[in-house]
Amino acid sequence: MSQRIIIDPVTRIEGHAKISIFLDDKGDVSDAQFHVVEFRGFEKFCEGRMLWEMPAITARTCGICPVSHLLASSKASDEILAVKVPPAADKLRRLMNLGQLTQSHALSFFHLSAPDFLIGWDAPIAKRNIIGIVQENPELARAGIRLRQFGQEIIEFLGGKKVHPSWAVPGGVRSGLSKEHRDVIVSKLPESYDTTRAALDLFKKVIAEHPEDVEKIGKFDSLFMALVAPDGEWEHHGGLLRFTDSKGGIVADKISAQDYSDHIGEAVQSSSYLKSPYYKPLGFPDGMYRVGPLARLNVADRMGTPQADAELEEYRAAWGGRAVTSCYLYHYARLIEILACLERIEKLMDDPDIFSDHLRAEAGINQLRGVGVSEAPRGTLFHDYTVDRNGVIQSVNMIIATGQNNLAMNRSCLEIARNYIDGPEIPEHVLNRVEHGIRNFDPCLSCSTHAVGQMPMRIQLIGPGGEILDEKRRD
Amino acid sequence: MSVRTLTIDDQPVSVEEGASVLDAAKAAGITIPTLCHMDGVYDTGACRLCLVEVEGIPKLLPACSTIAADGWVVRTQTERLQKYRRMTLELLFAERNHVCSACVANGHCELQTMAYSQGMDHVRYDYCYPKWGMDLSHPLFGMDHNRCILCARCVRTCWHIEGAGTKNLAGRGAGAHIITDMNEDWGDSATCTWCGKCVQSCPTGALFQIGATAGEMTREPARLADIITARRKKEWNV
Repeated sequence: MSQRIIIDPVTRIEGHAKISIFLDDKGDVSDAQFHVVEFRGFEKFCEGRMLWEMPAITARTCGICPVSHLLASSKASDEILAVKVPPAADKLRRLMNLGQLTQSHALSFFHLSAPDFLIGWDAPIAKRNIIGIVQENPELARAGIRLRQFGQEIIEFLGGKKVHPSWAVPGGVRSGLSKEHRDVIVSKLPESYDTTRAALDLFKKVIAEHPEDVEKIGKFDSLFMALVAPDGEWEHHGGLLRFTDSKGGIVADKISAQDYSDHIGEAVQSSSYLKSPYYKPLGFPDGMYRVGPLARLNVADRMGTPQADAELEEYRAAWGGRAVTSCYLYHYARLIEILACLERIEKLMDDPDIFSDHLRAEAGINQLRGVGVSEAPRGTLFHDYTVDRNGVIQSVNMIIATGQNNLAMNRSCLEIARNYIDGPEIPEHVLNRVEHGIRNFDPCLSCSTHAVGQMPMRIQLIGPGGEILDEKRRD
Repeated sequence: MSVRTLTIDDQPVSVEEGASVLDAAKAAGITIPTLCHMDGVYDTGACRLCLVEVEGIPKLLPACSTIAADGWVVRTQTERLQKYRRMTLELLFAERNHVCSACVANGHCELQTMAYSQGMDHVRYDYCYPKWGMDLSHPLFGMDHNRCILCARCVRTCWHIEGAGTKNLAGRGAGAHIITDMNEDWGDSATCTWCGKCVQSCPTGALFQIGATAGEMTREPARLADIITARRKKEWNV
């Protein structure tokens, strides 16, 4: 008899979700689905508001990545004003995004994901969390928390507060960086480098000891998409879109933000409030693509900074060349990105432009549509606005990184379930591996459905007629 | 000129004949919360925040538009008044769409400041969520009806300080709203002088300068009172 296993809610991710695993008559996994169960409606209620409010409103989509929305929204607004932001504003926006990438990646690695592979997939649930890490390895936990703090402080130094700074605005930014804050950032860089290097060494050791996990925790072919600089370098707040495939070949390149809808379609499924974007030329669902750290490293020719480039070379040599396809290596890619962020932050600290007071270009409504694209920690973020000639918002489309990974997260659950589930008796640690399949992506469901919350977990075995045969729950 | 002597919160105070209870309280150094009152223009008693108790009078009286009388014993901070003030503020918040976090006036808003100072920590009434639009047709200034509390400070400022008579109130009850001229787009107004005094007079984020983002709209309503004073005292050589 076929069965359905439901993991609800999925824990240690940002937002509310559940997972269904479908078993066929023989007890083998036939399908898996990741459901996001919250809805917020930002795109609708922004209609009728004014353009200048959009960065502040859309930043409220999420408390983890308000900076990502603030920046994408400001970029879309720049397009509508048809202004070129002052160079200092562009550099400071980049600095804030680097801080955001650093803090969010540190949160994902140290707080949310490391408990699984450091404490143990089958360790008691009560220990498998950041508190468990504090008990087992207090030095690592402290370093991880401080690395996140470093990223958060950059955001605070620029925007006045760590969460929801109303700082980036249409046409630029409101304020510059003080020399005192610059000195604090410089003084904290060495420790941040040390922590990132230690985390890299640690994760490399984890996967060297258990290379089978790289094969079994979500390895599959898909397309990858990210922004790249015009010269192919890793990019996070500028450049053009590029799609690559699982062989490392370029599928589409130099796509400008305004043309995203020629290449990306959005499918709606009845099983989730999370939409499923896909690469249009391949259709739905074959056009599955991944975004985020793994994709950015696959799509870029190089990182553009020495330490990160050396790490990228080692990573590619060991795990798949130009196309690393295991979702488990999102963690590895995330750490290399932190290193790249730190190097770029260091470089910006020597740039005299960051102290400029020419920070804002002002203009009226000069275009009726604007698309802003920026790399959020979880992947490429699109804000697409249309306005009337007075700047009243007529329509909003936000395509969130986690949404773009939706098809891949489903596929990842399926692969992991197939690799570890054998019959209806499912040990708890196996469910944890399925959940980890989602954690690899560091999904932000608040953003992606535009929802908020925390997740315990429930698993149901459901028969072919929809009846619940068995249920396990943890809150 | 005759004088009126009364007691406010146990403090004796004398004011000129014709002065309001609010003026008398000010003279005694007592602050009564207000929203629709603005120095320099006449009072309408619209917001009801300045309600006070007067011994011997069963109903509550608005301090801004009640003339002080001899021998009155006035109380401004009783438990009943504080309860009504919080209730009035909650009703103001429930009536339209006040979202402080994304508002141009966040941190500089009289309504927000008043809610903090009066201890309003939640709204007990169902929000109305009315569908009010924005008028961004003027090149310099915008109007967001969602954030309007109908204090009509802008109307009184426009008529009695600037003398343009552009801003008006239309409608009744929950449908009441500020209009420009004969209910036209602000940008089409033939009477607006683009002086911006209405924007300076607004206590919330309802009137703002175009281009202001969250929390950027600061104002100096006292400058409007300065204009009135200068005019009255003939301080300008024209």
